[in-house]
Amino acid sequence: MAKTTDLDVGYVSKLARVNLTDEETQLFQKQLGNVLKYAEKLREVDVSHVEAAAHAIPIFNVFRKDEPRDWFTADEALSNAPHKANQLFIVTKVVE
Amino acid sequence: MSRSDLPALTIADLQSLLRRKEISPREVINSLRARIQNVEPKIDAYLSIDFEAAAKETEKVDVDLPLGGVPIAIKDIINVKGQPCTCASKILANYRSPYDATIILKLRASGAIPFGKTNMDEFAMGSSTENSSVKVTRNPWDLSRVPGGSSGGSAAAVAADAAFAGLGTDTGGSIRQPASLCGVVGVKPSYGRVSRFGLVAFASSLDQVGPLTKTVRDSALIMNAMAGHDPYDSTSLNELVPDYTKNLGRDLKRMRLGLPKEYMIKGIDPQVKSAVDVAIKQLQSLGAEVVDVSLPHTDDGIAVYYFLATAEASANLARFDGVRYGYRARDPKDLLDHYGRTREEGFGAEVKRRIILGTYVLSSGYYDAYYVRAQKVRELIRQDFVKAFEKVDAIVSPTSPVPAFKLGERTADPLAMYLADIFTNTGNLAGICGISVPCGLAKVNGSQLPIGLQILGKALDEARIFQIAHAYEQSTDWHKARPKLS
Repeated sequence: MAKTTDLDVGYVSKLARVNLTDEETQLFQKQLGNVLKYAEKLREVDVSHVEAAAHAIPIFNVFRKDEPRDWFTADEALSNAPHKANQLFIVTKVVE
Repeated sequence: MSRSDLPALTIADLQSLLRRKEISPREVINSLRARIQNVEPKIDAYLSIDFEAAAKETEKVDVDLPLGGVPIAIKDIINVKGQPCTCASKILANYRSPYDATIILKLRASGAIPFGKTNMDEFAMGSSTENSSVKVTRNPWDLSRVPGGSSGGSAAAVAADAAFAGLGTDTGGSIRQPASLCGVVGVKPSYGRVSRFGLVAFASSLDQVGPLTKTVRDSALIMNAMAGHDPYDSTSLNELVPDYTKNLGRDLKRMRLGLPKEYMIKGIDPQVKSAVDVAIKQLQSLGAEVVDVSLPHTDDGIAVYYFLATAEASANLARFDGVRYGYRARDPKDLLDHYGRTREEGFGAEVKRRIILGTYVLSSGYYDAYYVRAQKVRELIRQDFVKAFEKVDAIVSPTSPVPAFKLGERTADPLAMYLADIFTNTGNLAGICGISVPCGLAKVNGSQLPIGLQILGKALDEARIFQIAHAYEQSTDWHKARPKLS
């Protein structure tokens, strides 16, 4: 398991697309450092013969018939849009 | 009985009055409204209430349906058409649900009336409801203490007779722990038992919706209405739903209960320990055989939980990007600024903390060391339960190691807050079912604080834990104890 000091909260916050204040960055660095230190105990567990489990119940590949069904109208889908016009979402500019 | 006493009734008793036409559904809503107006200023359990919509529904409700005319409080993370669904977060402060969750449709089809949305830790992340961005909910037994969390609003409302029943969600203990701290019954169904379509996702391999009620029978009634397969949720199991009330009243002869030695840890409150010891003796006197079992990986549960739950949360909460719904930061200069500030301004501290941890354990170079290793230890935890359930029908333990703690006592130390779920989170990791039922009152500085007994059952074995919990409950008076709110 990696060293707990590897956590760089400032860098990870950029990956996570969530800005933090300097105070938050410092506080989380300390608090999450403690959490990671606590979790070091997992290093001592022998997992050499264990398959990773994504969830607890073994169901896979759930299919349904590919049939059309009723769903939101455009107005309903747009009903919570922070910014909209002409039945479209207005988004922040993504190309220069 | 006077109208003002109605809110204290169980669902089962309320229904017999409704069916005998001694009261009308409209009177039920009105009496509940009066009770809420009386106690809500003290406990702050609700985020929004729509009595008008509820009153309208009483006009057409069929009281002979399984939950006909029963108002139910809904944790504000479940979509109810036309109502807010804020997850107690600023990022969804103005959100209104354009649809009903499948469980809401099912409850409506059973005659229930969803009338209000309850407070919670933001996005269900917490064990005290203090992470709500809106307000602090108080424990009706002692207003200076937390109701537990994250379903603290539903638990406090039911305990204060400000709801006949509530829905919660349980990812690591978020139904059972507040039920324990508020002295009500709370059920975490098995993974896949209840549809999650219309539930805002926190940790998809762990989340389940379940009831908080005054009695075990009431929880069984709600589970009868909610459980079952949903084609809109591919993780819901296509398994027959039994009548969960069927085994209520059966005795516990030949029932084998396991007592995990790993659960009697240091740090457990002495009053909690002695109440659970007495409860186990009571179960024995009812005919159950109690044997020691071992769940050797219990101690790793919290660490595994916080890696997996935060990893899943960091992916699930990526949808809150300020594009299609929810809060958007003003005048972003480019897309990165749009995302970064929308999420900075929209999310509270605990949500940010967990997104950071989850992003880190999934990031390149750390994925195998943290995330995959945690998944493997999760499998060991699941196997512990499989082995234990070869010997016993159910497992008993405290629900929470301590009674309700003081507001503010644990907010500065996230790790101390995480440890509140030490007896509950392994049940989520293993996908099994669990129930918390009142088993005592601790005396702390002049207050009486409820204690909960947890009963864990095999996956899809809800009927059995209802049977055990009901037999225990009916042989004691703990479920009749009510906080002295005026």
